[in-house]
Amino acid sequence: MNLTLKIWRQSGAADKGRIHTYEVSGISEDMSFLEMLDVLNEQLNELGEEPIAFDSDCREGICGMCSLMINGEAHGPEVTTTCQLHMRSFKDGDTITIEPWRSGAFPVLKDLCVDRSALDRIIQSGGYISANTGSAPEANSVPVPRDNAVRAFNVATCISCGACVAACPNGSASLFLGAKITHLAELPQGQPERWSRVVDMTAQHDHEGFGGCTNIGECAAACPKEIPLDVISQLNKDLRTAMRHGH
Amino acid sequence: MTDMPDTTLTSDRSHDEPSPGQYDDAAGYYTPGAPIADTKAPDGPIADRWQTRKFEARLVNPANRRKLSIIIVGTGLAGGAAAATLGEAGYNVKSFCYQDSPRRAHSIAAQGGINAAKNYKEDGDSVHRLFYDTVKGGDYRSRESNVYRLAEVSTNIIDQCVAQGVPFAREYGGLLDNRSFGGVQVSRTFYARGQTGQQLLIGAYQAMERQVKAGTVTEYTRHEMLEVIVADGRARGIIARNMVTGEIETHLADVVVLASGGYGNVFYLSTNAMGSNVTAAWRAHRKGAYMANPCYTQIHPTCIPVSGEHQSKLTLMSESLRNDGRIWVPKKAEDCTKDPRDIPEEDRDYYLERIYPSFGNLVPRDIASRQAKNVCDEGRGVGPMVGDFRRGVYLDFADAIERLGEDAVREKYDNLFDMYERITGENPYEVPMRIYPAVHYVMGGLWVDYDLQSSITGLFVTGEANFSDHGANRLGASALMQGLADGYFVLPHTIRDYLAEGPFEPLDESHPAVAEAKASVQERIDKLMSINGSRSVDSFHRELGHIMWEYCGMERNAEGLRKAIDMIRELKREFWTDLKVLGTADSLNQSLEKAGRVADFLELGELMCIDALNRRESCGGHFRAESQTEDGEALRHDDEFAYVAAWEWAGEDQPPVLHKEDLVYTAIEMKQRSYK
Amino acid sequence: MAVSGLAFVGFVLGHMYGNLKAFSGHDAFNEYAHHLREFGEPLLPHMGFIWLMRVGLLIALIVHVAAAVELTRRARKARPVKYVVKKHTGAIPASRLMRWGGFTLLLFIVWHLVNFTFGKVNVQGGETDDPYNLLVDTFDVWWMTLIYLAAMAMLGAHLHHGVWSSLQTLGLTGTAASRARAKTISFAIAILIAGGFSIVPIAILAGIID
Ligand SMILES: Cc1cc2nc3c(=O)[nH]c(=O)nc-3n(C[C@H](O)[C@H](O)[C@H](O)COP(=O)(O)OP(=O)(O)OC[C@H]3O[C@@H](n4cnc5c(N)ncnc54)[C@H](O)[C@@H]3O)c2cc1C
Ligand code: HEM
Ligand code: HEM
Ligand code: SF4
Ligand code: F3S
Ligand code: FES
Repeated sequence: MNLTLKIWRQSGAADKGRIHTYEVSGISEDMSFLEMLDVLNEQLNELGEEPIAFDSDCREGICGMCSLMINGEAHGPEVTTTCQLHMRSFKDGDTITIEPWRSGAFPVLKDLCVDRSALDRIIQSGGYISANTGSAPEANSVPVPRDNAVRAFNVATCISCGACVAACPNGSASLFLGAKITHLAELPQGQPERWSRVVDMTAQHDHEGFGGCTNIGECAAACPKEIPLDVISQLNKDLRTAMRHGH
Repeated sequence: MTDMPDTTLTSDRSHDEPSPGQYDDAAGYYTPGAPIADTKAPDGPIADRWQTRKFEARLVNPANRRKLSIIIVGTGLAGGAAAATLGEAGYNVKSFCYQDSPRRAHSIAAQGGINAAKNYKEDGDSVHRLFYDTVKGGDYRSRESNVYRLAEVSTNIIDQCVAQGVPFAREYGGLLDNRSFGGVQVSRTFYARGQTGQQLLIGAYQAMERQVKAGTVTEYTRHEMLEVIVADGRARGIIARNMVTGEIETHLADVVVLASGGYGNVFYLSTNAMGSNVTAAWRAHRKGAYMANPCYTQIHPTCIPVSGEHQSKLTLMSESLRNDGRIWVPKKAEDCTKDPRDIPEEDRDYYLERIYPSFGNLVPRDIASRQAKNVCDEGRGVGPMVGDFRRGVYLDFADAIERLGEDAVREKYDNLFDMYERITGENPYEVPMRIYPAVHYVMGGLWVDYDLQSSITGLFVTGEANFSDHGANRLGASALMQGLADGYFVLPHTIRDYLAEGPFEPLDESHPAVAEAKASVQERIDKLMSINGSRSVDSFHRELGHIMWEYCGMERNAEGLRKAIDMIRELKREFWTDLKVLGTADSLNQSLEKAGRVADFLELGELMCIDALNRRESCGGHFRAESQTEDGEALRHDDEFAYVAAWEWAGEDQPPVLHKEDLVYTAIEMKQRSYK
Repeated sequence: MAVSGLAFVGFVLGHMYGNLKAFSGHDAFNEYAHHLREFGEPLLPHMGFIWLMRVGLLIALIVHVAAAVELTRRARKARPVKYVVKKHTGAIPASRLMRWGGFTLLLFIVWHLVNFTFGKVNVQGGETDDPYNLLVDTFDVWWMTLIYLAAMAMLGAHLHHGVWSSLQTLGLTGTAASRARAKTISFAIAILIAGGFSIVPIAILAGIID
């Protein structure tokens, strides 16, 4: 198929950036979206124009490195990551607009690459269970009810891609934050630090410049791992309980 | 479980073959060197060695730890776990990765699970059995003391991960669940649906982030290590490129750890991440670290087949699928284009069940892969034509769906089935999946002693980057185990013995070794930027991949390997004269990053072929056509090749030097592997 | 935000109930209005309840508007560069009307208070100290009714998202089922309130109440 691509180009943080239009042809349905961009980059290289920078690593939907706003949707039209989006989701002759994640907390580094280290800093502020190596008790000494284990797992699948932030009209990272809060709150091991964790992580979230959540729900619709909105409810509930406990 | 069905087939050749030592296929391609021995593993009964070593390792006073600095390149299970643990101990850790977050290391992609000798199922598992299975699975080409230690600490790993909140699968009673995996007959694999690596890595990552907050670990993301600094005989730092600004940075420390993962991407198409590379290891190799068994590559049998030239990577479908799926191809080549559902039972060849009745679809990876190649080579492959034949076999769940119900199958595998459907556009609940082998893991890597120290003093290597504990073939779910064993439980002890000698003399940037390292990195980048040829990096990489897959892939022979070496040398010449890298070196430049990696892959590829040429036996993942039994099974030659081939860099365009470390088994008897 | 919003909801529910008294005729409505002023006596002074309520509402208003302004400000800062193309998948349109809707409601409330409480403006120039007559006179004018109906539509939209949102903010929607329930409740309240308020002006304009 043949496509018209409108792609955001920005040479670096200092550049203002603008949309460039490219034509690509000979794209097959079986290609992934990023392989389509690889084809474009090969063409650009041939023509002596610098290839477009975009992030990816695993290309199988698990590392969270790929991003891209595709026609106004984070990770494009399917519930998956950009690297797992295939060209069969598009039609011959389509025009596709590709932009980087837009968030004050995710500065653009170049073209379509952004800096998401704010998410790491949120984890640093409390997204862990303090268990020094070697200090752990026998694994089966603490049973975890299966329902809790399943819910913990379901939300622990967050890949930290930042699509929720990119999609949220408020630029909030509440879905990401809620997923980690819920993961650790579901497990007995996560209880001792539960209340300080939610307070500290929320404070860091706000400090990084992410917006406040007004429960719009676009984040969950964009999330490739289908993290449900109820993690935000859990986040709010835990936060309220923590405040009540004077944290 | 009863004992493994080993036959005590001797590895003697039939009389028309020449006697040991007569062949030297790689003559002229290498220089023989002095034998090496691992001097760190204590003697004595195998079960006591690690305890002894830990006890003998010198201690570092907690107050001194802050003054000791450690560089760790890599944030996968091996590097992340080590950074967290060493940070907790109070050392000053600098951690590097090329991704934008430590949590994206390729360990995240591991699906199936992690082994541990917990024996929760009471099915006869034990530390000794895990040790035995691993040595046997590795076709008796691993170092027994390392493997034993791995099995021994495996149980601590599970405890540690659970304490961190890793959401392993559980049974209704709330206790941990296990499954059997990858060709072993006990249930010792812990898993978190199809995303075990992700959950384990998040655990290690979070532990490490906690140390970042505590100030003991500093993380450098989007940094690529391009050189190791060896000053006065010790590894003392690295040169890294800040991938955003292009700045060439010098980082100094008392000790350097490489946990930079595997180099399967030398094949261009593999299940590895786009950025997986050999650069960190290769740069160390060029500075004196031996590269061991580079030709040992694991080809995973259950990957989604290649669909066309544009393909950038291959996707693994977890091996756990083989527990319920049945592998087959049509008996007749003319059926290969038919809808598989229209092929009657009697016209199907369930070839693994036919050839290996006791293990069936669960034979080890190397065997399953090679048999898939064989049936495709016979013209019985399925799926689209790629090149001159069809590269695919069916993995059929129809029986499982009938036996267990679609819901049960969905419950077990839904994420894998969804992934398959997303990539291929076919629904595996209705049509059998198509799979084909793909490069997945490398058993080879930098040579290390029992302490995980390479042949450069002060340079430690962990995880997939070292030549590891897996011999010539790794069992499923054992790489995660090894990465975490190294990172959480082994390295922290052995490195302290080394650091007890420190802090070493302060080094500054004007030291000639530092200046030289930095200058060489700069020079190389300038060179790559200034060739101004006509070909893209990817085109070279793809071509190298073709050569490697064709001649150094699932089956190798002397003639092909010699040809490959010539082709690679030619390609390398072309690379350095006709490469085209646009953009600038002082900004984010992904072509430049790739170019550096491909340059190293070219050198590695050549060494892999030389190693494969030298090893005129078949073992594990290394199958030499010249060395097989009458019915086409791998034939080892223990009398001649029971050694680790550790290669030393001898200089640009010089034949490498081969050092042999003999493999001595005291706790296990070497047998010819058989899964029939 | 959630607490002040829900306080408003409580108020408008009561207020709506009062308004519906208009159907019971002149006296019942005025009696009710009068009763409000005496409510709680002798525990509370005359007009005590109404002032208590007014103070409560004022605090809620300040909190609500301050929170709204702060959230808006943060959201602006969190996305300094806008998308060229942005789709809104997963959001109900009402959720994106909150800020404009809130602003409109603010204007409405100001006018409404001028109209009925503090200014007592009778657009027909009639009497202003009989609540029932003021009501009827006001909505006999078609454009007044229209203004009110528009405001009620806005209010309905505001509540359609707002009630769900406040339940989520309070952490009461922890499961998929409770989330679905909250959405239904939210929709029901929105319809109930917007509809319940709208009936009176429509009935007056249509001459059912006079
Ligand atoms: C698809 C897939 C599925 C797998 N499934 C399983 C399984 O089920 N069970 C199992 O046991 N094993 C499995 N494996 C194997 C296992 O995942 C890996 O062997 C293991 O995770 C490697 O861990 P590591 O820590 O050594 O390296 P990695 O996780 O690969 O980490 C490498 C790190 O090094 C960094 N790095 C590399 N080069 C540089 C450089 N030059 N400069 C700076 N940083 C650098 C990277 O940024 C990264 O942080 C699987 C592998 C793949 C590919
Ligand atoms: C005075 C004028 C008002 C303004 C300026 C205003 C503005 C806002 C804004 C900006 C929000 C933010 C949430 C978002 O953006 O989604 C909001 C939420 C809300 N509003 Fe209003 N509003 C007003 C009046 C009202 C009234 C009269 C009610 C009820 C009758 C109400 C009920 C709510 C509720 C329930 C919420 C949800 C709170 C939450 O998310 O926790 N608001 N309002
Ligand atoms: C069609 C819809 C409405 C009608 C017909 C209506 C009518 C009235 C009337 C008649 C009064 C005066 C009552 C009295 O003084 O006893 C009044 C007061 C008031 N109304 Fe409404 N109203 C409507 C909608 C609303 C809405 C939607 C709100 C809030 C968002 C609101 C807020 C108020 C307030 C705050 C007062 C003042 C109460 C006080 O402090 O005395 N009204 N309204
Ligand atoms: S919550 Fe979903 S969208 Fe947000 S970072 Fe995690 S995986 Fe990505
Ligand atoms: S879209 Fe934004 S407003 Fe909240 S519910 Fe999701 S974070
Ligand atoms: S590249 Fe890893 S998730 Fe897309």
